[in-house]
Amino acid sequence: MVLARPVKRRERPAAAPEAAKERPGRLRGAALRLALMAVPAAFFALFFVYPVAAIVTRGLRIDGQWRLGRIGDVLTDPAVLDILWFTGWQAAASTALTLAVALPGAYVFARFDFPGKRLLRAVVTVPFVLPTVVAGSAFLALLGHGGLLDSLWGVRLDTSVWAILLAHVFFNYAVVVRTVGGLWAQLDPRQEEAARVLGASRLAAWRRVTLPALAPAVAAAALMVFLFTFTSFGVIQILGGPRYATLEVAIYRETAQLLDLPTAAVLTLVQFAAVAAVLALHAWTVRRREGALKLVAPEQTARRPQGAAQWALLWGVLAVVALLILLPLAVLVERSLDAPGGYGLDYYRALQSVADSGGTYFVAPMDAVWNSLRYAAVATVFAVAVGGLAAAALTRKAGRLVRGFDALLMLPLGTSAVTVGFGFLIALDEPPLDLRASWILVPLAQALVGVPFVVRTMLPVLRAVDHRLREAAAVLGASPLRAWREVDLPLVARALGVAAGFAFAVSLGEFGATVFIARPDHPTLPVAVARFLGRAGQLNYGQAMALSTILMLVCAGSLLVLERIRTDRSGEF
Amino acid sequence: MNSRLRHAVAAALFGSLGLTTLVACGEDSGSSGGSGSKTVKLVSHDSFAASKAVLKEFTRQTGYKVQVLPGGDAGAAVNQAILSKSHPQGDVFFGVDNTLLSRALDNDLFTPYQAKGLDKVPAALQLDAAEHRVTPVDFGDICVNYDRKYFADKKLAPPKTLDDLTKPAYKNLLVTENAATSSPGLAFLLGTAARYGDDGWQGYWKKLRANGVEVVDGWEQAYYDRFSGSAGGAKGDRPLVVSYASSPPAEVVDAKPRPEQAPTGVATGTCFRQVEFAGLLKGASNTKGGKALLDFLLTKRFQEDVPLNMYVNPAREDAKLPELFAKYGVKIADSATLDPRKIAKNRDQWVKAWSSLVL
Amino acid sequence: MTLLRLDEVTVRYGERAALDAVDLEVAEHETVSVLGPSGGGKSTLLRVVAGLERAHTGRVWLAGRDQAGVPTHRRGVGLMFQDHQLFPQRDVGGNVAFGLRMRKVARAEAERRVAELLELVGLPGAQRRAIASLSGGEQQRVALARALAPRPKLLMLDEPLGQLDRGLRERLVVELRQLFGELGTTVLAVTHDQGEAFALADRVVVMDGGRIAQTGTPLEVWQRPATEFVARFLGFDNLVDATVHGQSADTRWGKLPVPDGTPPGPCRLLVRPAGVRLTSPEKGLPCTVAARTFRGDRVALVLQPAGAPRLEAACALRDAPKEGERVGVAFDADDVVVLGAGS
Repeated sequence: MVLARPVKRRERPAAAPEAAKERPGRLRGAALRLALMAVPAAFFALFFVYPVAAIVTRGLRIDGQWRLGRIGDVLTDPAVLDILWFTGWQAAASTALTLAVALPGAYVFARFDFPGKRLLRAVVTVPFVLPTVVAGSAFLALLGHGGLLDSLWGVRLDTSVWAILLAHVFFNYAVVVRTVGGLWAQLDPRQEEAARVLGASRLAAWRRVTLPALAPAVAAAALMVFLFTFTSFGVIQILGGPRYATLEVAIYRETAQLLDLPTAAVLTLVQFAAVAAVLALHAWTVRRREGALKLVAPEQTARRPQGAAQWALLWGVLAVVALLILLPLAVLVERSLDAPGGYGLDYYRALQSVADSGGTYFVAPMDAVWNSLRYAAVATVFAVAVGGLAAAALTRKAGRLVRGFDALLMLPLGTSAVTVGFGFLIALDEPPLDLRASWILVPLAQALVGVPFVVRTMLPVLRAVDHRLREAAAVLGASPLRAWREVDLPLVARALGVAAGFAFAVSLGEFGATVFIARPDHPTLPVAVARFLGRAGQLNYGQAMALSTILMLVCAGSLLVLERIRTDRSGEF
Repeated sequence: MNSRLRHAVAAALFGSLGLTTLVACGEDSGSSGGSGSKTVKLVSHDSFAASKAVLKEFTRQTGYKVQVLPGGDAGAAVNQAILSKSHPQGDVFFGVDNTLLSRALDNDLFTPYQAKGLDKVPAALQLDAAEHRVTPVDFGDICVNYDRKYFADKKLAPPKTLDDLTKPAYKNLLVTENAATSSPGLAFLLGTAARYGDDGWQGYWKKLRANGVEVVDGWEQAYYDRFSGSAGGAKGDRPLVVSYASSPPAEVVDAKPRPEQAPTGVATGTCFRQVEFAGLLKGASNTKGGKALLDFLLTKRFQEDVPLNMYVNPAREDAKLPELFAKYGVKIADSATLDPRKIAKNRDQWVKAWSSLVL
Repeated sequence: MTLLRLDEVTVRYGERAALDAVDLEVAEHETVSVLGPSGGGKSTLLRVVAGLERAHTGRVWLAGRDQAGVPTHRRGVGLMFQDHQLFPQRDVGGNVAFGLRMRKVARAEAERRVAELLELVGLPGAQRRAIASLSGGEQQRVALARALAPRPKLLMLDEPLGQLDRGLRERLVVELRQLFGELGTTVLAVTHDQGEAFALADRVVVMDGGRIAQTGTPLEVWQRPATEFVARFLGFDNLVDATVHGQSADTRWGKLPVPDGTPPGPCRLLVRPAGVRLTSPEKGLPCTVAARTFRGDRVALVLQPAGAPRLEAACALRDAPKEGERVGVAFDADDVVVLGAGS
């Protein structure tokens, strides 16, 4: 007797109700993605696309007619081509130099334990928030007339392109250290060790194993540095002198000084085209590189340096940091203490009394600190909410639409502050969206710049999270939201901390857009610094330096606090 | 985008972003009301300043509170006002100067209003006396400043006129600002154009260049990083700088005890005069308040507050200068001026020609 | 009572069906192993039951309730992933307690249960250990404890012992079977290893290309593979085309006895090696011994009949002929299996 029951093959029911729906699971995923994307998309549509489109349209559409002939006129102007060429190559060179200088730093901060590491990591981020006029001035003390190089070797680099490139390294060092170092610290070193055991040299193991894993973070950092330097404004003006101009400078001049909106509109479009090309290049390099990685707790990967080579690397990085970052910052602090009657806190004391004297121009330092912190806190909330949702929506790789959205989020980094500021002015001018007199405009503008940071820092980590961990949580009874909180959040907490810190620092130091929209009676620290610098007199200058020092301290302090929050959270349950 | 669609988008977004709650947190969400409001909105550049007590005085007299709205630097502020003409940001605009006046007037920015107290303002400052679309509030001079100590040490007489600056004795001593990006830089260029005429100014700049003039992008760098006479900053090596006639008083304002003389002086024959105006914006929601504010700007109370807040001279002849200005400032008798229409017509091409000549 | 029922469940990835109209029932307290080659749709089956994958057609019933529209976290099933998927940022205790926390079990109660489960899986007191410090076997145990902790209605195991070395695996299989017996857990496990499946399960389901090829007790499946696929998957190679006439069938190996009641006509036959009896060369089918392999106390032989496919046979060690020796072969009707059409 045959016990085995032959398989009975049944016909599939011809018209089961579910049969009509193709891939219901995929559809649900797409719907969820769209829902997640709704808020960031709306945010960008309203506070970026719409204002920028409004100002560009104002330039190119005159009396109801599109005047596209202007595009040709502007693009064939040799002066514009010169500017475009200079803008492009200095950004590329600055990016390459920044990566070359900062990647060893990223390694050292990720993998070595040394005393004062956390403090130093906060300090290298400080340049990032300093108003360029202040930092540029400090940099001149190194490279300019009577500066360190001048007095040691008689070398003056100001008004040369080297000054611009070095200053860009100064400003963007932290971008690389934080973006790349954040992921590096979580890469399992055992994979590199495995390659070593298989016979790969140290360099080959790094190149074959670590570098590919780091590639998305490196590409993201490079992209951000490129965009920052591509749209560089203050550095070019202060250190390059009037001979050098970037597109950003030209757009500012055409919009704010000459009111030549058609030319400004064309230049803005050129800037967009260039930024879009860079984004496309970035997307092309990164595609397929972002994959699930084995992430471990950063505390496990860092150790004290071993052997002469590692010590040399550590000291080399520390020397670079000291020379390139700490020294200019120290110059600022020194100047803030260099009072007429010898070193002292005179300028700091004066800050308060000047504010008490009753004018509206100067504010009490604590008020400026408070304004800055408040704006930065709100901007960070915006940036983290919008950027976090966007990153969550972009976690699952998908079609063109999503990639386009990803690129759109990066565009504000490549857009002139004056374009956004003027765009706000002419676009958000009618109820219910007449925000021109509202303080909310400042954090909104700042969040525009913060969002790309949040997305770029979180996305590589989110994509590296194995989605089966989320499934494991779901099977154990966690709702999708809970699973995100329990699985993704702890794993990306570090990235989130980094991202929030960035967003916070960016809005603390943001000046370009703030100066157009910040209420004069509530100036932020950078605006207050600019006010002191705008007046002659030793006391004003000294107070500007004192306020810059306070800005540095506030920035470093905030970053330290943020880092502490995120370490406390890792020890769950 | 049409306005209905715009409203729909805006309303949807407000819901989704939950902005409403955030806006409600702002301390002043209620103050942006329409006409009949007790607030006057003053749109200005980022150098506007006044004593709080003086602004309180205005509120006490008229019942209106002043809310100051920002606009970037002087040029940006005017351009913003022009761009937002259809929905003006505020009621009164302060800070359009004679270099930008034509642009503002050509764009029909202001409602004519003859402010009380205008009779006390010299006719030379009333550049729109026929229509009163703008009211002169203050003036200042852009002049070459010199480092007294440098010239004393070198036993060299400081320059007095524009011509002096091209003399070999002053070779490699002057630093000025980019006329394309800096307001004093532009004023200095206009001063030379006024002095030497349409045909002569380029020749003057050629000589200046041959005599080693240095150009930097902004006033802050010129004054603090390159000029040797400023007490603050990096101690530059140039004893001559294009700055304001009010810079010497500013140098000593906080010195204790005050010195006999300011450490810097003014070359009185190198000056160009900037006059700043205010006007009632067309489409203002609070016209009455705006007019009251314009009147107030010309009161002695406000005018005498101007010098120490904005480091410019009051427009009213009978306004008393503070002791600081009386002692350390200089009265510039023969400051150069140019017709605003001429500035408007030539400005861009002059700046372009200047850039290719000097940079 | 039936705990899990699948009605004609189909899941497609593009054109390919990972599950094709699958029917399956698992009774309460029963342990069922799904056996099949990699890529045969086994994991998809578990994912559909867990709600991680949507069925395109068909229904999943758990404890009598249709699960359509019930999200994963409300199904109350447990799933042990192939590579464990322990949460790296939590320690052992945090992993095991996760499901309890999701069910809002009081902290003290949860701690007690975690301790109890770690005891049960042989890792007492390991609560504070980091996941990275665990060996593969220990991770497996933690994953099991984590899946068991919330007392799921149904525990599903995906290749539960897949990555372990052989000795550990054999020991764990016994432990697991014992454990499930004691706990009364209903278990659905998938594996590609027949030994593991047969040792663990009350019932075995063999899957082939998204379809169920056979279900039955381990003994049934082993003795009576339903299709050629199942037979080959279990390692049987004595397969031949046949035409049945009454009690016997004509094949290239000659006349073979068939079980009672076999319908007449053409079919496919399996002769299990145990049913290939060696006789003297004069009797039965004459063959040459082509190869022989020692398997403990038995010897597996490969026999080459003249002009017919090779045959596998097994015999006791002392009876084993040498290679090249000529033998005769007779067949036992009990070990001849008529195979279904299958796929």
